[in-house]
Amino acid sequence: MATAVMTTLDPNSRSAARGMSDLTIRNLFIIPTIVFLIVFNIFPLLYSLGYSFTDFRASSPAPANFVGLQNYRELLNDPFIWSNFAITAKYVIVSVVGQVIVGFGVALLLNRDIPLKGLLTTLLLLPMMLSMAVVGLFWKLLYDPSFGIINYTLGLASFEWLSNPDMALYAVAITDIWMWSPFVMLLSLAGLSAVPKHLYEAAAIDRAGSFYTFFRITLPLVAPILMIAIIFRTMEAFKTFDLAYILTSQPTTEVISIRLYKMAFQEWQTGRSCALAYIVLIMILAITNIYVKYLNKVKER
Amino acid sequence: MRKTMTSMLAGIGLVLACGTSVYAQDKELTILWAEWDPANYLQELVNLYEAETGVKVTVETTPWSDFQTKAFTEFNAKGSAYDMVVGDSQWIGAASEAGHYVDLTDFFNKNNLKEVMAPATVKYYAEYPSDSGKYWSIPAEGDAVGWSYRKDWFEDPKEKEAFKAKYGYDLDVPKDFKALRDIAEFFNRPDEKRYGVAIYTDNSYDALVMGVENAIFSFGGELGDYASYKVDGIINSEQNVKALEAYKELYSFTPPGWAKSFFIEDNQAITENLAAMSMNYFAFFPALINEASNPNAKVTGFFANPPGPNGDQFAALGGQGISVISYSQNQEEAMKFLEWFIKEETQKKWAELGGYTASAKVLESPEFQNATPYNKAFYETMFKVKDFWATPEYAELLIQMNQRVYPYITGNQGTAKEVLDSLAADWNATFKKYNRVK
Repeated sequence: MATAVMTTLDPNSRSAARGMSDLTIRNLFIIPTIVFLIVFNIFPLLYSLGYSFTDFRASSPAPANFVGLQNYRELLNDPFIWSNFAITAKYVIVSVVGQVIVGFGVALLLNRDIPLKGLLTTLLLLPMMLSMAVVGLFWKLLYDPSFGIINYTLGLASFEWLSNPDMALYAVAITDIWMWSPFVMLLSLAGLSAVPKHLYEAAAIDRAGSFYTFFRITLPLVAPILMIAIIFRTMEAFKTFDLAYILTSQPTTEVISIRLYKMAFQEWQTGRSCALAYIVLIMILAITNIYVKYLNKVKER
Repeated sequence: MRKTMTSMLAGIGLVLACGTSVYAQDKELTILWAEWDPANYLQELVNLYEAETGVKVTVETTPWSDFQTKAFTEFNAKGSAYDMVVGDSQWIGAASEAGHYVDLTDFFNKNNLKEVMAPATVKYYAEYPSDSGKYWSIPAEGDAVGWSYRKDWFEDPKEKEAFKAKYGYDLDVPKDFKALRDIAEFFNRPDEKRYGVAIYTDNSYDALVMGVENAIFSFGGELGDYASYKVDGIINSEQNVKALEAYKELYSFTPPGWAKSFFIEDNQAITENLAAMSMNYFAFFPALINEASNPNAKVTGFFANPPGPNGDQFAALGGQGISVISYSQNQEEAMKFLEWFIKEETQKKWAELGGYTASAKVLESPEFQNATPYNKAFYETMFKVKDFWATPEYAELLIQMNQRVYPYITGNQGTAKEVLDSLAADWNATFKKYNRVK
């Protein structure tokens, strides 16, 4: 690859005239990024791994003591942490499944010749462009039991979306679905428009039903790109913080990142929160890996 | 999370910017406080200091929910952006043990502040550890929980008659928790969109815990023995179980969606005609007698937290002391400012502006007590206050209490006894972890 880059430098270009070699140019572009990555990503990552084996507290001048695996052991034995993980899992499933159904559904509706298709698609993308915090504050007003527009439209009187412990997580997930379905829709649209038309024609000639066409032609061909959307959304949903934090403070919506935030920046248990962050990281890596394996399988087909 | 990071970086940038401005002009002081009305009153007060001395003092504020995080992030980074902080009473253990606050014991003794300031404020805002004679803050904003109520609802002859018929005694300002409960039940009429009572339930910091404390302390209970760290048999005592049950019952008379409410919501309950009575800090009462912010200002009354079944009467302490930050580059200037701040005329002015002075003399003066409808209740309450743990690990204790109590109050999970037994175990484990108990 490197030689390919080197051979493509145009001998008449200005860079060549200045006497910059291909290598210099490559370094000029890559080194700052690598330095940035090392300083802001890799170094803190390794540093926090070290802290996760100590009882370090950033709020105290006391030196950190090595405690071995104690943080990990205690965290994995803490029933509250497990309930946080269970809540997160439930949230990820509800929110990602919802986004795929809504997003893919809207993409199917848009994947035909309709007037104002471009404008419609752009308008549908708007929720995704808003800030999480703004969306959270808006939806808090929409969900309000006394004056919220949702209860008013649905005629639900004073149904408590966010104060009801059983409903609150779904309310957060609904907001997330509203916000991120457009993302799934956008990727699905790209996938759908790439499906060759002649396949549908052939299916029509063979008198294949619409269900058969969908499950045998559309879905398999869109699957790889849909998988990418699902990977992204799963990772994001797993890390979700803003929406749940702003919308409600129910223990039933305390996803793992909120617990992590509280442990790190309210309790100042720096060492233990590093350990928890690593547990979360490993989980996300594992889940993503399963997806990627599956994605490769889908691609091979 | 990425957005949080961005805003954190922006925050760091801001802090750096402020830091450099301090270097540029040495006669400038910055005080960090939370974003609420008293901080605006303090800014007005310190403007007078600038007029007198030429030293510019700025009060920087941050929302309550972030206040603790922001202040301690700055302390932990040994940042010099702020010279003083009006820090929450529970912080004093964490901040003094970690060396974030300058030791003010000499200043305290020299100016005899133990006598000058009201005793509860010295005990909870300034001294750490308890009874050690070491002082870390100057009591600045005294505060405690009190109640506001709708005088027009209470004084309506029809209501009075109906109440007497139902409960057998006159409808009046509640004389104890039992009466508070009855009145809340009486006025709770969801079909009229009117509810009985507004209480604290937000579990993101200390709101819910302070609400529950009002019941616990007045029922004669304690959170634990602050000297020996003994909690078993104290936090899960019989009184506390009854107090927690009483608080849970009050929750059933709150407006719909009342599971994340703190001072803003509780004042809204009065201004928006939602509830007959509302729990809140005295610091938020000025907004309730102002007709611009409360259309019901003329018919809003106030009372102190009522006694429990055995006649004990206490309230949860709020309020803050002002401390000098160890990393400030302007400590000398800050001390000069404190000399000015504790003067009697400054404290008088502070009270006039709307601040709740901790100066015993000003508090006792008839001018202060008659200045507003709630000042007398405030004065009485300030001698009957108790506070949460002030140990460095208070944040863990707070979160544990939220984790146990919140699902019980708002979500019907478990019984009060189970909840408090589990909490005692949690707290005990935490104290063991920090070698407070064996």
